[in-house]
Amino acid sequence: MADLQVSIGALKMKTPVMVASGTFGYGPEYAQLVDLNQLGAIVVKGIASEPTKGNPPPRTFETPSGLLNAIGLPNPGVEGFITEYLPFLRQHTVPVVVNIWGRTIEEYVAVARRLSEADGVHALEVNVSCPNIKEGSALFGTDLDAFTRVVEAVRAATTLPLIPKLAPNVADIGAFARAAENAGADGISLINSLPAMAVNIETRRPELGNGTGGLTGAAIHPFAVKMVWEAARAVQIPVIGIGGITNARDALEFLIVGAHAVAVGTASFTDPNTALDVTAGIADYLDRHGYPSVDALRGTLKWER
Amino acid sequence: MHCVTAEVIHQEVVHGGYRVLQLRAPDLVPHVQPGQFVHVRVPHMEAAVLRRPFSVYKADGDVLQILYKGVGKGTRTMTFLAPGDTLSLLGPLGHGFPTLQPGNDPILIAGGYGMAALYLLARQLPVKGVAFFGGRSAPDILCVPEFEALGWDVRIATEDGSLGTAGRVTVLMDDWWAARSHDAAHVEAYACGPNGMLQAVAARAQQHDWTAWVSVDRNMGCGVGACLTCVLKTRTPEGDWVWQRSCTEGPVFDSRQIVWDAEGAS
Ligand SMILES: Cc1cc2nc3c(=O)[nH]c(=O)nc-3n(C[C@H](O)[C@H](O)[C@H](O)COP(=O)(O)OP(=O)(O)OC[C@H]3O[C@@H](n4cnc5c(N)ncnc54)[C@H](O)[C@@H]3O)c2cc1C
Ligand SMILES: Cc1cc2nc3c(=O)[nH]c(=O)nc-3n(C[C@H](O)[C@H](O)[C@H](O)COP(=O)(O)O)c2cc1C
Ligand code: FES
Repeated sequence: MADLQVSIGALKMKTPVMVASGTFGYGPEYAQLVDLNQLGAIVVKGIASEPTKGNPPPRTFETPSGLLNAIGLPNPGVEGFITEYLPFLRQHTVPVVVNIWGRTIEEYVAVARRLSEADGVHALEVNVSCPNIKEGSALFGTDLDAFTRVVEAVRAATTLPLIPKLAPNVADIGAFARAAENAGADGISLINSLPAMAVNIETRRPELGNGTGGLTGAAIHPFAVKMVWEAARAVQIPVIGIGGITNARDALEFLIVGAHAVAVGTASFTDPNTALDVTAGIADYLDRHGYPSVDALRGTLKWER
Repeated sequence: MHCVTAEVIHQEVVHGGYRVLQLRAPDLVPHVQPGQFVHVRVPHMEAAVLRRPFSVYKADGDVLQILYKGVGKGTRTMTFLAPGDTLSLLGPLGHGFPTLQPGNDPILIAGGYGMAALYLLARQLPVKGVAFFGGRSAPDILCVPEFEALGWDVRIATEDGSLGTAGRVTVLMDDWWAARSHDAAHVEAYACGPNGMLQAVAARAQQHDWTAWVSVDRNMGCGVGACLTCVLKTRTPEGDWVWQRSCTEGPVFDSRQIVWDAEGAS
């Protein structure tokens, strides 16, 4: 059987299939349905330095093969996360990646520092790309200078493996990937949700309480594949491919265009065991095609016809 | 909580566009508590990323029943399900109805699929009382013989007067309360129905000092507490408010806990 292990810097994973931030809670929510220890890693819902309530409902809206969301990053704050959820996660062997966000660079640094002291955190994913908060965090995702500054600042605040998560709504994704690499990131993940909107034509109001939100799910997968392909060509550090994975085929596309690992998001809502089904499907594919490992398949895209 | 493949045994039209879907789900049925729901992956609807939540109507042996109405793309697709088809079922989910406090007098208030959502509770409650059923028109009133067979005194109101008293169910409740002796036992109300009905029950609970458990209907995503879609505003003991997840802390809440404003509970 093929070797499924992959590494993102010092983050060692048994399999290349993680679950994406915001789609798997903090771990306990799916624990009765999914064997957490079989996941490559759990990326928990975004954590900030202080508790946040989030947006008014409706917070999600279903679209063709997709989901629009404006949850608004509600979270128990870094202390709340450490006391309420880390003890549960520590009882498992699955690596824990904490997705962090802030309104200012100081907030990012504070939450990164605090998590670096905590027992049971294996890596930090830096959310610079969430379109749903009003205080201006989105700027970190789309302004190259602001992005570089926040990654450098968090890098200086932690020795944990650092994975900036890129916003998809930029003209040159390669530039952001390189900026992350130059700032000392151990890997990058992409894509976050795509800024999007839906309108109820009867009420002429936006379908989401927040007005606008982010699109995820199968609908964004081909777009994500192209973004991951571009980003992977731009850097040497590992890339985590995210966006619209519903089966092993979708995940394999990311690996073939150069991703080291993948994360399953919205599809966990449809089927809680998607990430494990994807893992089994990848193992099967590698065996059938004679690849000894995930790494052997990575970046084997044949461009010429 | 289980995620199982369930087989359709039977589907039949009741009336008023409502259907009963019978599913074989032996691993799930024994765990169902009154007021809980299941999250259904509707087959032949690949473009839909979300499941659809339905209260458990009946759960006996290895058979689980759902009573539903075709209102949108998912529920309309479900009307085509035939014996032998299979679907993925996640459940049982949520916190259902608590059991009656000894000595209390139970009443039920239901509208729409609320009649199905209260059935298991109605069967399980050790004491029976009055069940108030409301709807727009006669076809919207469901399950009456079944509740009567369990020993409930079913009182019906329809807005068009086609069955029972003309008007809203609250008229019946107010008449019942006015006629009731004031040293009678403490009232414990259980309600499931449209939001306006739940809010009216909550107002009476406040006014007359009843305990009222209301099952709310919020749009859902994951159904298990992970996505934070299904939240509603609830009071904290400190006088502040927090969002609670109706799929996990609910769908049944103490009516006094809910902040009934447009944003939180509409
Ligand atoms: C706890 C709970 C128990 C329920 N029990 C029953 C029941 O026993 N019988 C019954 O007929 N109906 C029940 N409902 C309502 C039922 O879930 C909706 O009618 C159904 O989801 C509509 O799906 P659709 O695809 O037909 O509609 P669409 O409008 O096409 O759905 C679009 C999207 O909105 C969501 N949505 C739309 N309306 C609702 C709604 N009212 N509640 C939640 N999500 C909604 C859908 O999940 C979907 O994501 C229950 C709802 C909840 C929350
Ligand atoms: C309901 C919901 C909540 C999310 N919350 C976060 C979050 O807190 N932080 C973050 O970086 N990404 C968040 N995301 C984005 C996902 O992690 C992922 O990047 C995106 O959903 C694309 O993957 P998918 O198409 O497989 O869902 C969220 C997505 C959804 C659907
Ligand atoms: S539906 Fe996802 S948290 Fe309730």
